[in-house]
Amino acid sequence: MTVPLPYRVVDRAVETHDTATLTLEPVRQALRPFAPGQFAMVYAFGVGDIPLSVCAIDGLRLTHTVRAVGAISGALHALRPGASVAVRGPFGTGWQLAGAAGLDLLVVAGGIGLAPLRPLVCEALAAPGRYGRLNVLIGAREPRELLYAAEVGGWPAALTTVDRPDARWRGEVGVVTTLLDRAAFDPPGTAAFICGPEPMIRATAGELVHRGVDPDRIRVSLERTMHCATGHCGHCQLGPLLLCRDGPVVTWARARPLLMVREL
Amino acid sequence: MTAGRHGFLGALAPGHGDRLLAFAQDVSFPAGTRIFEEDGVADRFWIVRSGLVALDVHVPGRRAAVVETLGEGDLLGWSWLFEPYHWQLGALTRAAVSASEFDAQRVRAACAADPAFGLAVTHCVAQVIARRLKATRTRLLDLYGPPA
Repeated sequence: MTVPLPYRVVDRAVETHDTATLTLEPVRQALRPFAPGQFAMVYAFGVGDIPLSVCAIDGLRLTHTVRAVGAISGALHALRPGASVAVRGPFGTGWQLAGAAGLDLLVVAGGIGLAPLRPLVCEALAAPGRYGRLNVLIGAREPRELLYAAEVGGWPAALTTVDRPDARWRGEVGVVTTLLDRAAFDPPGTAAFICGPEPMIRATAGELVHRGVDPDRIRVSLERTMHCATGHCGHCQLGPLLLCRDGPVVTWARARPLLMVREL
Repeated sequence: MTAGRHGFLGALAPGHGDRLLAFAQDVSFPAGTRIFEEDGVADRFWIVRSGLVALDVHVPGRRAAVVETLGEGDLLGWSWLFEPYHWQLGALTRAAVSASEFDAQRVRAACAADPAFGLAVTHCVAQVIARRLKATRTRLLDLYGPPA
């Protein structure tokens, strides 16, 4: 679906000082169902549209976590229940969790990268026995910037670390890759899902390959400027890939050689 | 965490790991214990078996700044291997900690007497230092901060 459909904001949850989660309901017709890892182009009227991953999948509703970092994201962040937006989608590749049946699952999120991984974790938790051990490793800048804190507290085997602890923080301090030593997984039998800043993705995926995880079983979500979301404009080109169409989720085997090219 | 030894001991060849462990004694620290102070004499080191230790820096007029935490399998302390054998940071337990404790002088003497063992231990300590340096540099990038 490339024609934008009207949606209404029905709920807004404050996550951090600059991040909120918006729940949208279709005004009339709904978009096709989204899969975890896919994204929508969400249009703030009169400002513009940006890609936002789905962070929860609940019937016809769409849920997106948005961080106010620019004009469009700031406008979306400022919306309140009752406000209208236009939405296109679903776009892009998903995490393809079904292909990881029987494997240990390792989910590694940095900062707002937890948003697109959240529905994957929920799907894995909803199917106990289908997968091996589930580990969720989360890195954030500060404790006050942790997303979905109450929900994450209820996830088994979720470990969190921050770069800058405050006086009340009693947990881990350091980069998210240090949490790999605390996770229980069998590298040759593991599927990994990573989203966060690109240097964090590179460091995490590289460490996992070093430990014996198959690069084809490591999926990473990449970000480039997206505009049309339909594979025509080329804004999100990464070498031979158009990330709106061929991504944003790609295997590490495919992504690694592209991310090492400075010109891309 | 994978099968067998992991962390610092997992990086040592089994023979060297066994030899190092021959110097170990089991210790435990309650939560909130100051294991060592910044600039103190680095005459021991530890491999954490369980619990969490915060490495911190004393900042006059402010609370100590925690720069990293160490947990199961991690090497606690590397200043014992390099002159002037003074701690670069302080260490405070965040939870009850059990660890293997090593007398630094005895391990240094064993490293000097057996160059192969010494090289293996030094190599593993250097790996720890390199990993922590890389992590520090990564955090300097402030990757999770707002885009420039």
